Amino acid sequence: MPFTTTKSAFWAGFRAALPFMVVALPFAFLFGVLATEAGLTVFESLAFSVVVIAGTAQFTALQLMEENAPTLIILASALAVNLRLAMYSASITPHLGAVPFWKRAFAAYFLVDQAYALSIVKYEDEPDMPRDQKLAYFFGTVAPVCPFWYLFTVVGAMVGKSLPSSIDISFILPLAFIAMIGPLLRTPAHVAAAFTSVVVALLMAGLPYNFGLLVAGAAGMMVGARVELWQESQHG
Amino acid sequence: MSGTLQLWIIILGLGIGSFALRFVFLGLVGDSPLPPWLLRHLRYTAVAILPALVAPLVVWPSATGGEPDLARFAAAAVTFAVAYFWKGVAIAVLAGAATLYLLTVLL
Repeated sequence: MPFTTTKSAFWAGFRAALPFMVVALPFAFLFGVLATEAGLTVFESLAFSVVVIAGTAQFTALQLMEENAPTLIILASALAVNLRLAMYSASITPHLGAVPFWKRAFAAYFLVDQAYALSIVKYEDEPDMPRDQKLAYFFGTVAPVCPFWYLFTVVGAMVGKSLPSSIDISFILPLAFIAMIGPLLRTPAHVAAAFTSVVVALLMAGLPYNFGLLVAGAAGMMVGARVELWQESQHG
Repeated sequence: MSGTLQLWIIILGLGIGSFALRFVFLGLVGDSPLPPWLLRHLRYTAVAILPALVAPLVVWPSATGGEPDLARFAAAAVTFAVAYFWKGVAIAVLAGAATLYLLTVLL
């Protein structure tokens, strides 16, 4: 059903994103706890969430800092995790590419997984929606997620500060990554990519500077792409 | 961690890099579509990097000095199973942490 105003488009996006709050909040909380456990201050943890605003990359950087990896490897690995954002940017451009420059800059900053996923589905459902309403819907999906992303990073950081340091929670971070991987394995190509990545990472674990991570990541991507092509040829 | 300077280089570097990735098409390139081979690889970035990050941590946990450890292996398996079948990240981490705690107490 078409929206009558940009305002109703905003609130439709807002309502659609509400369930995603439940996913984002514990995630932000956990980041805050683990960041302070890794030695960051509350302010540094919050700065991380505000400046980077990409949970998976933040956790990746945190883990590699714990392992004392070189700065360049940390940046390369966390940005590699974020390469999907370029894909979001490309796929949302036909819908938002014509709005004013500064609004596109704002939208780019808030281009997080949930906002992208909800908006692109909506746009493909209703391609004739006016541009202003498309943008309003997008910011509607951002509203219940991103402010709470910041807020719960701070809450987690304050809780983390008060936890006794005798509790060893260093293994919680690996568990968080495993929990992120589970829902991503949607197709055989995803499973093949993940499996390749595990095998290559274990074989390459001896490489210096955590370089094996990037090798394994590249191998996983190539296998995923290959399997996808092969599957397409099977289905005609 | 080797200090505050490194931390801020990482925060700002990641911030600028992430914004650049989000902005590159929306702000600069415009409507020209990405080549299909590139999109096909980008679809698998997260699922290729994260397992590589976590696999060595599960097999050779730092807390045991790199010795493979049954409790951590079981915790990882439980977390994965819950995440895969229920798709809930938070509940999966809790289930894994509970497994780790129980097995560390029992074993």
